Amino acid sequence: MALFWVPIITTIGSLLSSFTTKLSRNETAAIALTAPLIALAICLYHAPAVYSGQTLYDHIQWLDIVGIHISFRFDGLSLLFSLLILGIGCLVIFYARYYLSEKDSLPKLYAYLLLFMTAMLGIVMSNNMLQLWFFWELTSISSFLLISYWSDKAEARKGALMALIITGAGGLALLAGLLILGNIVGSYQIDQVLASGELIKQSQWYEVSLVLILLGAFTKSAQFPFHFWLPHAMAAPTPVSAYLHSATMVKAGIFLMARFYPVLAGTDIWFIIVSLTGLATLLLGAYVALFKHDLKGLLAYSTISHLGLITLLLGLDTELATVAAIFHIINHATFKASLFMATGIIDHETGTRDMRKLNGMWKYMPFTATLAMVSAAAMAGVPLLNGFLSKEMFFAETLHSQLLGSMSWLIPVLATLAGALSVAYSARFIHDVFFNGDPIDLPKQPHEAPRYMRVPIEILVAICLLVGMFPNLVVDGLLDVASSAVLTTKTPVFEIALWHGFNLPLLMSALAVVGGLTIYALRKHLFQFQASLPTLEGRSIFEKSFESILLWCQMRIEQFENGSLQRYIIILIAVFLFFASAPLFDMQKLVGESQLRPIDMFNAVGSALLIAGAVATVIWHRQRMVSLIMISIVGLMVSVAFTRFSAPDLALTQLSVEVVTIVLLMLALFFLPQKTPKESTSIRVLRDVLIATGCGVVVGSICYALITRPLDSISQFFIANAKTGGGGTNVVNVILVDFRGFDTLGEITVLGIAALGIYKLLNNLPLFVPSTDGEGRKWAKEKYPILLATISQTLLPLALLVSAFIFIRGHNLPGGGFIAGLVTATAIILQYIAHGSNWVGTRLVLNYRKTIAGGVMIATICGLGSLLFEKPFLTSWFDYFDIPFVGKTELASAMIFDLGVYITVVGATMMILASLGQQTASDDPKSESKSIGAK
Amino acid sequence: MELLYSVCVGVLVSCGVFLILRARSFPIVLGLTMLSYAVNLFLFSSGRLTINKAAILSSNEQYADPLPQALVLTAIVIGFAMTAFSIILAIRARADLGNDYVNQQTQVNNKIGAKK
Repeated sequence: MALFWVPIITTIGSLLSSFTTKLSRNETAAIALTAPLIALAICLYHAPAVYSGQTLYDHIQWLDIVGIHISFRFDGLSLLFSLLILGIGCLVIFYARYYLSEKDSLPKLYAYLLLFMTAMLGIVMSNNMLQLWFFWELTSISSFLLISYWSDKAEARKGALMALIITGAGGLALLAGLLILGNIVGSYQIDQVLASGELIKQSQWYEVSLVLILLGAFTKSAQFPFHFWLPHAMAAPTPVSAYLHSATMVKAGIFLMARFYPVLAGTDIWFIIVSLTGLATLLLGAYVALFKHDLKGLLAYSTISHLGLITLLLGLDTELATVAAIFHIINHATFKASLFMATGIIDHETGTRDMRKLNGMWKYMPFTATLAMVSAAAMAGVPLLNGFLSKEMFFAETLHSQLLGSMSWLIPVLATLAGALSVAYSARFIHDVFFNGDPIDLPKQPHEAPRYMRVPIEILVAICLLVGMFPNLVVDGLLDVASSAVLTTKTPVFEIALWHGFNLPLLMSALAVVGGLTIYALRKHLFQFQASLPTLEGRSIFEKSFESILLWCQMRIEQFENGSLQRYIIILIAVFLFFASAPLFDMQKLVGESQLRPIDMFNAVGSALLIAGAVATVIWHRQRMVSLIMISIVGLMVSVAFTRFSAPDLALTQLSVEVVTIVLLMLALFFLPQKTPKESTSIRVLRDVLIATGCGVVVGSICYALITRPLDSISQFFIANAKTGGGGTNVVNVILVDFRGFDTLGEITVLGIAALGIYKLLNNLPLFVPSTDGEGRKWAKEKYPILLATISQTLLPLALLVSAFIFIRGHNLPGGGFIAGLVTATAIILQYIAHGSNWVGTRLVLNYRKTIAGGVMIATICGLGSLLFEKPFLTSWFDYFDIPFVGKTELASAMIFDLGVYITVVGATMMILASLGQQTASDDPKSESKSIGAK
Repeated sequence: MELLYSVCVGVLVSCGVFLILRARSFPIVLGLTMLSYAVNLFLFSSGRLTINKAAILSSNEQYADPLPQALVLTAIVIGFAMTAFSIILAIRARADLGNDYVNQQTQVNNKIGAKK
């Protein structure tokens, strides 16, 4: 069966488990166990091939360009880890069924556990580095979910978050390292990377890549100084701790180092970083473990210490050290998992894990006690147990180290010291919990655990004993293939034996045992000494720096984002000012080389009116009606300017838009306060004036610099082709409906959307209609003056005629759909003003929403029509016809498009104004205070 | 003449920006309108200032640049849509919130709190 089925099966298991909420606990556990058992069977099925020295591959080509493939490999190292992950995983699933109480959700735990199992299997079986990294991150996430399983506990949430941040940050470093590695080799396939050891070590990027990858490994494997997250992850349920924090996840970092050992190791920098980190972690973990009163805390630091030991072994420059490292991975996983499970039982049956309360448990739970004592002895390295063998190898290898030059003798001495500490905390585990008087003040009456809860521990302890007594029989082969996968050479000849004769490692072991027992005997003095030391906790440093970063970000955000929109605008404008004015200072001369025109009378008067109108708008901006009238002068002058400077189309458009805008704003002012109270402080006004002046100066200067320089335009094309290609002499209109017709289609769509938005905004509007004007005067009784009513009615057909004229001639002379539409709208608005919306409403039955839609549709269909003739979208067509009475006339498809524009503009403009106007007519004027009562 | 034109654009920008920085909705809408005048004039002038050379094809050799004109024409219409939308938004805001401050959250609460 293909290898990639292994993670797929566990994923399916994870999904299935999350649906088992309705089933009994036994059924739930049975379903959860199925997937890993099948996966285990697949692994065992492949084991003989691996034992014979093969490496199995399974490859699906995927994203060639970026080098990501679904690719699996199965060698000795993968086999070893898969067996650990699946084997211990099954035991943990079985154990958790008894550990979790009725109120905790078993399916949730199993779903997460199996997800985590998938991730771990993915790591150890990956043959693609990016795929490996994906699964690596998945372990971080799934372990976050597992640690925070009891999410109502603050401890669990904090611990989970800390683990996620530390391992997540390490994961990012790892990604960077892997990317560099892939870049050096030119492939992300691990088999190719492993074959390129020399290339990698000679690369100038080797050191960077090594450090980044090691950062990933050290954070995951809780190496000093990143070790502090592991004890806090102990807030997880104990089965999770047993699985993640002893047997599997923390070993992922070790796995990573072992996986890349052939290409990354062998240099001085590797040996120095890895061995010193390992040594520091080994000592620190062992020392702190001794002082933990919490059983799980003791085991957590002990785990850190043992991970340090394995790391140190990988950093020692001998092949046998690597074999010892692999061996210790197996041994540590078995004895530590069983110790965690035993701790879980103790916690479960007594209600506490505090060693100051737990005493004399031997009387209450002799079976569990026996099992735990055997495991703890294995942890201490007592002969006949597996821990002894690997520790013996470890001691032997430290003797060969040349790492510290002439001070290399320190390493075996420190190793022995760590061994002694390990014996001491193991002794404490055994003696404090199971003997040492009577229990103090326990929450529960302790008793023996359920029969089946002990089964997983019994299996693990049996393995400890079997490996310890018959190592060659049980573990030799597996160790051999795993080590050869790490070393990529033939495994060196090694002999694991209980008895090597009297030699230095044996002496070290003996010293460690004696020293450890001595330390334990003197523990009271040590505890007192330790208590007098100032505590320096990694967690508090982490939390403080975490909080200060958050606080810093918060402050930065609040500085900018204080809720004042003016402030945002000012920042925006200031940034604009800075960047827009900078190039101006680089220019030699503002004025360009074009010939300038003299100022004539016409322009002078026009400019004076425009400036006066603009300034007056600002000066009287508190009296809103006055400022509105003033701004209409500006608009008028703008349209005059367009007329003056050869833009008749613009002038017409500006003029008609101006009329509509001012009518709209007046209507709007009816619903708004008539005056703006004086609120801004003088300093604020001064600031605003300065900024506004600055903007004006900069924009004006840019404008001046621009228009005094010669023009280099693409417009010659349009002028040359307007008649021949577009069939019109008004180039502006031809550009609008033909050359840039797609733009225009977009514009009318936007116009339609804006009108619909306004319609929606006015829907169910709780308006109040003031009964008086701003000065307190009543509105005139005569709502619709008769003169205006009469004249406007007369004007309507004339206006429509003009509008039709403007529309038709638009293609050749100033005019077109936009302008004609606005003129029509203005004429209809005049009817509204003169007669009121009820009067118009009964006579002009026009659904403006449909009008808009119709207009856009006509324009679009006209554009699509060209597709029928196999021309691109919006290609126009024109020809000349001889029409009776009219004469030779040009007809162009662009006119249909322009008709769409016309209809849209009429519909949108009318919808905006009529919807608002409707509000005034809907009911009688109310008094302001009454309807505003909600305020 | 170019200088005068640029001065006009500059004045319009200044007045527009000043109005935009006010705290009430109506002056801000006026400011937006003013700014769109300025922007339209500015964009239009990128085709340079020409007199009596409208881009209506005839026997002339020289024409005003029609491209900025076409762009500004649509800009004027879109500018109208924007002005309309913002003023209606202002009405809606006043109707729903009872006042026409643009900074609804902070300023209003402070002001009301100060009054009471």
